[in-house]
Amino acid sequence: MSDLSDIYQEVILDHNRHPRNRGVVDHPTHKAEGYNPLCGDQLYLTLRMKDGRIEDVAFEGHGCAISTASSSLMTEALKGATLAEAEELFEAFHSRLTDDECPAELLAKDLGKLEALQGVKEFPVRVKCATLCWHTMLAALHEKQDPVSTE
Amino acid sequence: MSAIVDTCCKGVPPALATCGFEVDKVRQDFPLLSRKVHGKPLAYLDNAATTQKPQFVIDAITRFYQEECANIHRAVHLLSEEATQAYEGARVRIQRFLNARESREVIFVRGATEGINLVAATFGKQRIGPGDEVIITAMEHHSNIVPWQLLCQERGAKLVVAPINDKGELLLDQLEKLFTERTKMLNVVHVSNALGTVNPIKKIVAMAHAHGVPVLVDGAQGAPHLKVDVQDMNCDFYVLSAHKMFGPMGIGVLYGKKELLEEMPPYQSGGDMILSVTFERTTFNSLPYKFEAGTPDVAGAVGFGAAIAYLEKICLTNVAQYERELVDYCSARLLEIPGVRIVGTAEQKAAVVSFVVDNVHPHDIGTFLDQDGVAIRTGHHCAQPVMKRFGIPATSRASFAFYNTKEEIDRLAASLRNVIEVFR
Repeated sequence: MSDLSDIYQEVILDHNRHPRNRGVVDHPTHKAEGYNPLCGDQLYLTLRMKDGRIEDVAFEGHGCAISTASSSLMTEALKGATLAEAEELFEAFHSRLTDDECPAELLAKDLGKLEALQGVKEFPVRVKCATLCWHTMLAALHEKQDPVSTE
Repeated sequence: MSAIVDTCCKGVPPALATCGFEVDKVRQDFPLLSRKVHGKPLAYLDNAATTQKPQFVIDAITRFYQEECANIHRAVHLLSEEATQAYEGARVRIQRFLNARESREVIFVRGATEGINLVAATFGKQRIGPGDEVIITAMEHHSNIVPWQLLCQERGAKLVVAPINDKGELLLDQLEKLFTERTKMLNVVHVSNALGTVNPIKKIVAMAHAHGVPVLVDGAQGAPHLKVDVQDMNCDFYVLSAHKMFGPMGIGVLYGKKELLEEMPPYQSGGDMILSVTFERTTFNSLPYKFEAGTPDVAGAVGFGAAIAYLEKICLTNVAQYERELVDYCSARLLEIPGVRIVGTAEQKAAVVSFVVDNVHPHDIGTFLDQDGVAIRTGHHCAQPVMKRFGIPATSRASFAFYNTKEEIDRLAASLRNVIEVFR
């Protein structure tokens, strides 16, 4: 039996109380909207790419603690990353949260502060809260027009 | 027919042999209520989403499949006759429950949503044209918004929304002003699933009828809690879902006035809804079969009938009073907690307490409460325009049935205090 403290770690609570990179970046080159119809979470993500790297990224909208903290942690983790690096990070993150048998090479990847979100795996209905921002980020980078939905 | 109805009642629990109920005894009729969740006793406070089923209903469905299963209205063999009697017996029981004039005014559908879609696709399509207006209210569930929105888009008609006040009450004087000579329909919820508001349906129907406008009432949350008398309300249509009133999922009823149902074209076509078919032409069956194409959910109807039998033994008047106590108790306990605000404070309220907590998202509240065995709904409750009206993305909602207790509400309050402490 997993404990609530696995999911609501101090890092999560802190990023929920004081989200980093909240707002809209100056002169965004990419943007996307994310939406979780199950709980009404809405996310607006803006990015500025320069020389193939994410120079700045920010989010606004409203969501639960998991969604807010995940967005905040993601924006911190992505600054300076290339599109390929962002996708690799997402793959490793997503696999840790959803795969019962996470491949060894993904398990070996250092996720930094993002590891605080691993406890979400034990709460399957909340995985979407943690991954909404990532799907939205990828939609922005791939310049998808339609808002992202978790459903 | 009365003999058929009586077989529906076979085995009503002795605790309910007389009108009235004791909550401890009633709880024993619902097997699911005794299960544990995360090692804690279940406090099921999500009854507006669906209610639990008494053993009596579960047995009725099982008995149908074990002893009576055959297709209805078709064969001459005994089983088919018994299945038909069980199905039609349920219809009569529901007719009496709603106080409809005739059983053919009771159409079996999949639920309230299908009932509304049926009316929109037949009555609506027949009567609503370009430039016409359809009124709904600001507190409707998506199921009583989207079918009308789609119809209006298709027909070039206009969807007009009657406003509510900050308590979540319909503004009747504003509603009155919305009627024009182009108004063709009014669709209104009996009890709001998100706010708990009970609308004064009789008054609203009289107002609409004075303008010559027919009224559909979404009774999904009304029928489980209030005495419904469709003749007294004088509504033209009333829809309800069995699963919200202790019956099975996937079955519900559309009540419609016979004169209107008879004029309406069929909704779906196929077997059982016909009198005769040639490749050139089909003659449709009479009511209610005109609207019941294909083999229906007979076991579902039987289960619905059993749920009504169970409800009648409990007595809805006793239930309403007890549930009002639960709502008042819950509101009082939650308001003792700093940072909690109740959304929907109408004078006339049924069985629902929706609330928001400063700085804590409903979804997080839901997860914490679940760990304590307390099941509530969090989110927009399929009523996003209601959330928008109150400027919030979502609420937490405790919703009650007669089997809930004050002790369960105490657990809700204690668990909520704990969440707030964590997020402080």
